[in-house]
Amino acid sequence: MSTVFIAFQTNEDTRPIVESILADNPGSVLDEQPAMVKINAEGSLVIKRESIEERIGRDFDLQELQINLITISGHLDEDDDTFTLSWKN
Amino acid sequence: MDMKANKKKLGLKEKYAHMTRGLDWETTYQPKEKVFPQATFEGIKVHDWDKWEDPFRLTMDAYWKYQAEKERKLYAVLDAFAQNNGHLGLTDARYLSAVKLFLTGISPLEYVAHRGFAAAGRNFPGVGPRVACLMQSIDEVRHAQTQIHALSNYNKFYEGFHAGATHQIERVWYLSVPKSFFDDAFSAGPFEWMIAIGFSFEYVLTNLLFVPFMSGAAYNGDMATVTFGFSAQSDEARHMTLGLECIKFMLEQDPDNLPIVQKWIDKWAWRGIRVLSLVATMMDYMLPKRVMSWKEAWEIYFEQNGGALFNDLAKYGIKVPECITQCTVDKEHISHQIWLTLCTHGHAMALHTWLPNADEMDWLSAKYPNTFDKYYRPRFEKLQELADKGERFYANTLPMLCQVCQIPMLFTEPDDPTKICYRESEYQGEKYHTCSDGCKHIFDDEPEKYIQAWLPVHQVYMGNCWPEGTDPTVEGFNPLAKYLEWCHIEDGKDNCDYEGSSDQANFAAWRGVATQNV
Repeated sequence: MSTVFIAFQTNEDTRPIVESILADNPGSVLDEQPAMVKINAEGSLVIKRESIEERIGRDFDLQELQINLITISGHLDEDDDTFTLSWKN
Repeated sequence: MDMKANKKKLGLKEKYAHMTRGLDWETTYQPKEKVFPQATFEGIKVHDWDKWEDPFRLTMDAYWKYQAEKERKLYAVLDAFAQNNGHLGLTDARYLSAVKLFLTGISPLEYVAHRGFAAAGRNFPGVGPRVACLMQSIDEVRHAQTQIHALSNYNKFYEGFHAGATHQIERVWYLSVPKSFFDDAFSAGPFEWMIAIGFSFEYVLTNLLFVPFMSGAAYNGDMATVTFGFSAQSDEARHMTLGLECIKFMLEQDPDNLPIVQKWIDKWAWRGIRVLSLVATMMDYMLPKRVMSWKEAWEIYFEQNGGALFNDLAKYGIKVPECITQCTVDKEHISHQIWLTLCTHGHAMALHTWLPNADEMDWLSAKYPNTFDKYYRPRFEKLQELADKGERFYANTLPMLCQVCQIPMLFTEPDDPTKICYRESEYQGEKYHTCSDGCKHIFDDEPEKYIQAWLPVHQVYMGNCWPEGTDPTVEGFNPLAKYLEWCHIEDGKDNCDYEGSSDQANFAAWRGVATQNV
């Protein structure tokens, strides 16, 4: 199984996003670097709109992720409710 | 009065479908192949452009909205940086050499990428890739502009920032390395461009360029660079996805595409890795405070992440490029070999160089236990010894350049790090030299392209790199001084050692003023 990852700028916008990802993806690993936070996971990683909305208390459009996104690894599939990264091998 | 909308809003997938399906039309005044003359000559077969799917599904309204927000954030930080003398927060003004390398070597490429993606968008007959290329083209010009704006703050205080993004890329010898990489890609067809830039550069290699550069900037107190870097990076995820999508699309459209795509992957992986040897040097030598060694970054971002990618592409029959075997050896050598060359040609550089101090050499020994003490420490110590006697060594002849990557012939044989690697090819009765099996292979495949390379050393020797009206026959003619003038490098200010430079003196004086009541 290969590792997928996603990295964001470290700031107040991304703190609840990172919390949601860690909660929704058991086994995912947090890697904090200068000004950047990276989450690694084996095989796949899913980001759920609902989990982020619960934490920030407002509507959230998953495309807002792009403002603070740094890099990703894996195939992306995005719809209105989820943003999924995976390696299919 | 607010109007209540009854109709449910369109979902992401529907919105994207409306933008990229059914908006195209059949041409009637001209046949399709005349409207899209570059779509077929490379041999890539496409049967159904509608199979192209952009996983981000970004529509134009969302694109403008998020890009505008990124710009507002960026320029707020740049104002704060300028208002608060942010440049005095740097670890050490030596760091600025890394920024100068970025401004002169990378920012102009962003601009070429802008033009290249505009051209690719124009040349693809499919609507999906056309829209994605349009967005990337706009992103790239934004990157060039924001980088120049951010770094112009340094131009108010330090040497060497005056001509980088526009003038020097065409003239300075080591900048022909990144320039020729993009020229090579831009002069290919639209599909090869996508593999070269969209896939190899953006997907396989971009993390090695941006993540260490920006973490390095954060480590060294350079808020301006971190901010434009991350602002640009937020677009990269979209670019990476486009590159990966493009390769999957080509491979799924027709089995005949596989050998063509494989050849391009092999070529552009090697081309990209050669360009990145400048980044390797930056990470190991130019950051006063280091984030990680080049070797460590290579292992995380290339060996692990690239490995996952190639495992995934194996289902299409794609093989890991052959050059990777050599890269496993090279990762312990290239940064040292390049920095030694830059230090001994420091009088012809548009930035300051320096010999690593004792602490830095210990860090390099620890990070490169197999190679640094054995092959490179003795050479730096010899250079230091000469410098201490007032005989700082600068090479006064010009090196032979590789006909493909344009890097001086400084890399060593894969099985002997004490022997310079030379390869030779013959074409139409002339000899051409390359630095490695990888570059020789690329040359031999398309000699008619690479014999046209504009090699700075050849051009200098032919007398093409002096200001207009220069008379090389006058007594006491100094070709180097004239070359520097032609490059807009101010001799004694922009070049040579950091030790004793005006950048060093000014940074110390201004920081002193900032921390004392004088």
